[in-house]
Amino acid sequence: MSKAERIKAGLAHRYRAERHFRLYGIGAILLALGFLGVMLTVVIGRGVGVLQQSYIQLTLTVTAEAAETGDWQGLIKTSLREQFPEARKRKDKKQLYGFVSSGAGYALRRQVEQNPDLIGQRRAYWLPVSDDVDMLLKDAIDRSLPESDRRITDQELAWIDTLIESGALELRFNKGFFTSGDSREPELAGILGAAVGSALSLLVCLMLAFPLGVMTAVHLEEFAPKNRWTDLIEVNINNLAAVPSIVFGLLGLAVFLNVFGLPRSAPLVGGMVLALMTLPTIIIASRAALKSVPPSIRQAAMALGASPVQVVLHHILPSAMPGMLTGTIIGMAQALGETAPLLMIGMVAFIVDVPQGILEQATALPVQIFLWADAPERAFGERTAAAILVLLVFLVLMNLTAVILRKRFEQRW
Amino acid sequence: MIQIATVSNDPIHKQPDAAPAGAAKITAQGVNVYYGDKQALKDISIDVPAHQVTALIGPSGCGKSTFLRCINRMNDVIDGCCMEGEIRLDGEDIYARGIDVVHLRARVGMVFQKPNPFPKSIYDNVAYGPKIHGLAASRAEMDEIVLHSLEKAGLIDEVRDRLDAPGTGLSGGQQQRLCIARAIAVEPEVILMDEPCSALDPIATARIEELIDELKQNYTIVMVTHSMQQAARVSQKTAFFHMGELVEQGTTEDIFTRPADDRTKAYITGRIG
Repeated sequence: MSKAERIKAGLAHRYRAERHFRLYGIGAILLALGFLGVMLTVVIGRGVGVLQQSYIQLTLTVTAEAAETGDWQGLIKTSLREQFPEARKRKDKKQLYGFVSSGAGYALRRQVEQNPDLIGQRRAYWLPVSDDVDMLLKDAIDRSLPESDRRITDQELAWIDTLIESGALELRFNKGFFTSGDSREPELAGILGAAVGSALSLLVCLMLAFPLGVMTAVHLEEFAPKNRWTDLIEVNINNLAAVPSIVFGLLGLAVFLNVFGLPRSAPLVGGMVLALMTLPTIIIASRAALKSVPPSIRQAAMALGASPVQVVLHHILPSAMPGMLTGTIIGMAQALGETAPLLMIGMVAFIVDVPQGILEQATALPVQIFLWADAPERAFGERTAAAILVLLVFLVLMNLTAVILRKRFEQRW
Repeated sequence: MIQIATVSNDPIHKQPDAAPAGAAKITAQGVNVYYGDKQALKDISIDVPAHQVTALIGPSGCGKSTFLRCINRMNDVIDGCCMEGEIRLDGEDIYARGIDVVHLRARVGMVFQKPNPFPKSIYDNVAYGPKIHGLAASRAEMDEIVLHSLEKAGLIDEVRDRLDAPGTGLSGGQQQRLCIARAIAVEPEVILMDEPCSALDPIATARIEELIDELKQNYTIVMVTHSMQQAARVSQKTAFFHMGELVEQGTTEDIFTRPADDRTKAYITGRIG
C-alpha cells in the first residue's frame, strides 16, 4: 500500500471519530438543556399560581363605631353570618370565619382609609380568603378525598360552591405578593422584603468587594515583587475561594457582630460577609484579566514615558475591565444565591417589614425560599416556587447588566 | 473640526537636540547584562553618532535587542535582569542614581517589532505621549502636535478623515507608522527601533525605510534589524553582535565591504545566523 493510500484508508476512521465527538458534544448540550427545561417547567408550573389570589366578596357596612374601635374582623364575621344564616352552631361559625384570611381586616381597613367616604355606606368589598380556600380554588386540594383527609370539610365545600356560583369568590391578580414582606399566613406573605434585603446586601457586597478585589489584583499583578510573601498570599487567596461559605458566616458572627457590635440580621453585615466570600473570586478573575492584557500595550505605554500608575490606569485597567466585570458578576451571582453565611448572622429571622436601610433587620431571597420551603402550609409551596422564580429573574437581570456593561467597556476603546 | 491648515514647521517643533551630526550622542562603556545566571551582553562599548541611523545586526539571540532596551531602560522591569557598565546620553549616565526613568523615556522613544497601537482612536494614540508629559497647553496645540507628528510619520494623508477611527483598524504598515508618529509626538532626541519592519510586507517596509531616512535629520536613530539589505540601505553606522559580544562596528560601508572579523564576514555573506 502506498503512503497516500494508507492515509486515505485512515481518513474514514478519522472522520467517524470526529462525527462521534461532535455528537457527544451535542448530546451533552441537549441533556443539559433538558435538565434546565425540566427545572424551569417545574418551578414555573408550581410558582405561577402566585400571580393570582382568591378573593371573597362581602357586603357590609363599615360603621363609624367599628372604624373607631378597629373591630374590622368583627364586621367581616357579621357579614359572613348574614350570608350563611344556617351556620348557628359554634363549630359551624368557626368554619365559616375560617374562610377569610386573618389579614382581611387590614385589607378592609386599608380600603376604608384610602376612601373615608365609605364609612356608613353599605357596599361590597373584595377581601383575601384563607390559604385553604385559595388552594381549593387553584385545584390544589383534591375534592374526591375522604373528608377526614381534606383540609376542607364537606360543609365548607358546600358553602364555597355556593359562593363560587354567585360569583362572590374568584381569583384576582395578587398584588400583595410583590408589595409586602413575609407573613405567617401564606395568603399574606410577599417577596418584597426578601428582595429588598437581597438587593441591599448585594449593594453593600459590591461596594466592598469590587474596589477591594480590583485593587488587590492590580497590586499583586502589577506592582508587588514576586517573592515568597506574594506567593503565600496568592496561595491563600486561592484557598479562600474554596472555603465553605458557612465559615465566612461564622467569621461574620464572631467578628462583625460580637466584636464590632454591628446590628444583627442587617443587610450591612450580610453584605460584608458576602463580600468576604466574593473577594477571592473577584481577585482571581481580575488577575486573570490583567494577565491577559497583551504586554505590547504595557511596553508601548512605558516606552512613551508613562509612569507605572499611568500605565495601569490608562491602559491596563480599561483593557482588563470587561474580564474584571465578568468575574465580579460571577461572584455577585454566587453571593445572591448564598444562604449559609446569612443564617449565621441572623438574616434567617422572621421579618415582616420591608427593610428601609442597610441597618434594619432583613432577610434575603435564598433564606426566604428556605423558610417558606420549611413551612407546613400547602400554599407556601407555591410561594417557594415563586420566590425561586424571583431569584432567577434577579440573576438574569444581573447577568444582563454585566453583558451590557462589558459591551460598553469594550466599545469605549 | 481639526484645522489641518495650522500644521507647519514652526519653531515649536524645532528639534531641541542641537548636537552636530556624527558627534557621539550615546556612549556605552563596558555594558554587561545578565538575565539571571545567563550573560546576555558581554562588555559592549559603542558610540552612537547623533543624527545618523545606527544599525545593530546579528543572528537571533545575539543580544542586539537587549542592548537596544538598555538605552531606554526597558530592561528595568524584567525580573532577574541586571546590568553593569555605563551608558551615557549626552554625557549623562542614564543608570546613575537620581535619573528619572520617565524623563529618560521621554527623551528616548521606542518603536517595537510588532506594531502595538493602543486600542484607542488614531488621534488619541498620537496624543497620549504629549498628554501625559503635559506638552500641549490647549486643545489647538494638541491638534497641531498630533497632525504634525502624523505628517512627519507620512501617515497624515491616509488618516486625515478618520482620526477618530481606532488605531488598531489600520493596516500593519500604517499601524507601524502610527507607532512612529506616537513616538515622535513626544519630540524625543533618540528613537530606538526594534526590527520595525519585520512584520511588514516589502512595500510597507520601503515606506518605513524612507521615513527613517527622513527622520534622521531630526533624531538619532538606533535600529535593530535582521535584514542586512535594510541595514545597508538606511544606516550610516553598523554594529555586528554575535553571542552577546559586539564583534565589529564601523561605518556601514566598511562593515559590508571590508569586514575585519571572520564572523562578520560569515554573517553578511549568509553563512551564519
